[in-house]
Amino acid sequence: MENVVELKSVTKNFKGFSVENIDLQVKKGFVTGFIGANGAGKSTTIKMIMNLLRPDSGEVKLFGLDYTAHEKEIKERIGFVYDSNVFFEGMNLKDIKRIVAPAYKHWDDTLFYQYTDQFKLPLYKKIKTFSKGMQMKASLAIALSHHAELIIMDEPTAGLDPIFRRELLDLLQELMIDGNRTIFFSTHITTDLDRIADYIAFIQNGELVFNQSLNDVAENYALVKGGMELLDRDTEKSFVHIHRAPTGFEALTGNIKAVKNTFGDSVVIEKASLEDIMYYFKGGIHHV
Amino acid sequence: MQIIISNSSKEPIYEQITNQIKSLILAGELQEGTAVPSMRKLAKDLRISVITTKRAYEELEKEGFIYSIVGKGSFVAEQNLELMREKKLKVIEEQLIAVITNSREIGLSLDELQQLLKILYEE
Repeated sequence: MENVVELKSVTKNFKGFSVENIDLQVKKGFVTGFIGANGAGKSTTIKMIMNLLRPDSGEVKLFGLDYTAHEKEIKERIGFVYDSNVFFEGMNLKDIKRIVAPAYKHWDDTLFYQYTDQFKLPLYKKIKTFSKGMQMKASLAIALSHHAELIIMDEPTAGLDPIFRRELLDLLQELMIDGNRTIFFSTHITTDLDRIADYIAFIQNGELVFNQSLNDVAENYALVKGGMELLDRDTEKSFVHIHRAPTGFEALTGNIKAVKNTFGDSVVIEKASLEDIMYYFKGGIHHV
Repeated sequence: MQIIISNSSKEPIYEQITNQIKSLILAGELQEGTAVPSMRKLAKDLRISVITTKRAYEELEKEGFIYSIVGKGSFVAEQNLELMREKKLKVIEEQLIAVITNSREIGLSLDELQQLLKILYEE
């Protein structure tokens, strides 16, 4: 399968924080959800994909192209949807269009008006009067109007009401029908991903824990519950993290088969949600 | 094509899809050569991810229920009657096992069960 985004051993160091050795592929024609706790390195990674930050080492390629030689060409093909307002607040959509459109070779006015109409966006009202959902829609309408092949969204559903979130997911699914578009988006709201994501990339403490299809995640990861007497130094190896309580243990495994072999019917094995996975990888402790 | 998916079922979603499409084919509701929706269209209609419908179609293809032509889509494959009979037999076997399990649970004897089956069959 073709990769639209390819990161190879990408490293970026900041004072007291680093993103390390990230190998990430985003497959063409699919939705990849990018999850991780606050401060795990999601935004840093996205900024490197967008060339807003340069990695200290490693390679970033989009559509098989390098930013140093093909920056303009790459940017033409990306639509970036940011969680907060990136436009000039005092302007209306029509003005913004007038500024943005000439920057893109493939800008499509008809499409722009079609989306503003579909999203019920007023063209002559100042952006600062828009609700958060409308700002998101405006940002998306602009991204879609230049025929972006890759849509990158940083926390697109954060702060949106559930109805609008669903609308957005419906819309994203519609965009995926022809198979030529790729979506990469980071989110905290993992239930959104259960519905539309094909691949899940999970980052923690600046390292990529996995990048698997949703099916593989469901086939590998599970919650396991059982009596404390089942745990010893050996059997504990099957788990990512174990939560112990007087009533028994609950643990996350990344290898369902091994757990079935070891414990058989003596444990309860349940589907792990993405939230469960994130929580247990954090060691079950929430650092605020 | 009607498919109903339960999010709370223990059965994985792709399996729910394959099973329902199989039933439609075996019941003759989806005839040989009929186009099934593209996996992307189906994903959108069911509001699930493409990778899930992709998996379902792959399974159906593997088992010979549908075939795909690049650029054209997927179609219901010709069903081998012998094979179909065998598949049905397998389903019947599974259902009978469930019947037996249930019967044992309430202590129904084989004779009683046979009688019951006879009455129902001849009805």
